[in-house]
Amino acid sequence: MIERAASGLSGAVASATYSAFLEAETSIPTDVRRALRRARDREQSATARTQFENIEENIRYAEEHGLPICQDTGVPVVYLTIPPTVPFTRDLFDAVAEGVKRATREVPLRPNVVDPLSRENSGDNTGAGMPAVHVMPGDDLTVTVLPKGAGAENCSRIAMLLPSEAGEIARFVAETVLIAGGRPCPPVVLGVGIGSTFDGAAALAKEALLLPIDEMTSFEQEICDAVNALGIGPMGLGGDTTALAVKVKTGACHTASLPVAVNVQCWACRRSTRRVEVAE
Amino acid sequence: MIHLTTPLSDEVLELRAGDAVTLSGTVYTARDEAHQRMMEEGIPFDPAGAAVYHCGPVIGAGRVIAAGPTTSARMNRLSGFILDAGVRALIGKGGMGPEVREQLRGRGVYLAFTGGCAALAAARMTLKGVYFDDLGMAEAVWEIELDHLPLIVGIDAHGGDLFGDVDRKAKIQFERRFNT
Repeated sequence: MIERAASGLSGAVASATYSAFLEAETSIPTDVRRALRRARDREQSATARTQFENIEENIRYAEEHGLPICQDTGVPVVYLTIPPTVPFTRDLFDAVAEGVKRATREVPLRPNVVDPLSRENSGDNTGAGMPAVHVMPGDDLTVTVLPKGAGAENCSRIAMLLPSEAGEIARFVAETVLIAGGRPCPPVVLGVGIGSTFDGAAALAKEALLLPIDEMTSFEQEICDAVNALGIGPMGLGGDTTALAVKVKTGACHTASLPVAVNVQCWACRRSTRRVEVAE
Repeated sequence: MIHLTTPLSDEVLELRAGDAVTLSGTVYTARDEAHQRMMEEGIPFDPAGAAVYHCGPVIGAGRVIAAGPTTSARMNRLSGFILDAGVRALIGKGGMGPEVREQLRGRGVYLAFTGGCAALAAARMTLKGVYFDDLGMAEAVWEIELDHLPLIVGIDAHGGDLFGDVDRKAKIQFERRFNT
């Protein structure tokens, strides 16, 4: 969907952010729906099937009535691509925050953002460093939102493996899911960041959650199979599908390092992108 | 399918982990801060036969907009006193610790709802009232009337624990694959 810059660049970015949040919170991407249906169809456990039925009915009801899929509407994580024609200024960040505040009022989103120590709630889902905005160069000005719920986010982990431990990556990912059990609302999607630095691996893991989940490389499939063999199942009630997909993003790293991060995402793998058309 | 209505009676003692049930009647939402407040100031509703829902809903224009369960394990250390006071059902997602399994023995159950299914839950809810609203939307105690919410018995009153069983099997699978 395209947002035109009729109300000025800031207005268009704010409006694109708002409408991306509206879509992300009230519908599920088609690749995620496909993965959920596939998992439901192959599920052997009767209890697990009841969970898939609830998930299906929930998505249908939320989409029909324009309601949030989950009451944990998450914290706002936003990715911008910026073309050379658009100046990279503070205004862009302010516009994104404006869109988040509007989404909080109108979707509505639950006000989740608090000061980490005083726990004081800002009431509008903004705060120091929040929304979290990640910027990359691009051909077009785009706004991608990834609202991140805490149940799954809290189960995420990072490990600084040794360069000789590449064979341990699947173990670390499976162990992360084992520790998490039913808490992250499985069937989960696992974003795995490999390489870069301590912080870079975590960023890669989150970016991996933006990739389509209905196809996997053989490496991703192998990790996914190891996770599903645990039998944790939907909501931790047991079953064949614990992870809908594993998505891996890699980055170059120091010859002495092998950082691996796992960003856990619940079945409500919410994301949405808007392109902002910039007037010449 | 077994239909339960609040206030819950001894019938909950007959349930077994894995049973599918529906629940109608009143539930009270409570998360971390509400539990702490109740410990300090007392329980603001009649706990006898009551059901407590681990949930921080989205409320708007006097109605429940979205109300799926939050992670129950955060309330592991905070649940004993409400069970002592007569609460018979805890509702949430993800299971609870062994201490809660023991506290439920002979007196109550843990019922699991599907995480993320906030719109489905809200469609079966009517807002009745609120306590501790100064805690904010997510942490306040909301009094909600339920109409046949579909739930799975996660922990029963006999020590049966679906989540504990799944956890144990998952550990065995993990050891078999990675630690041999």
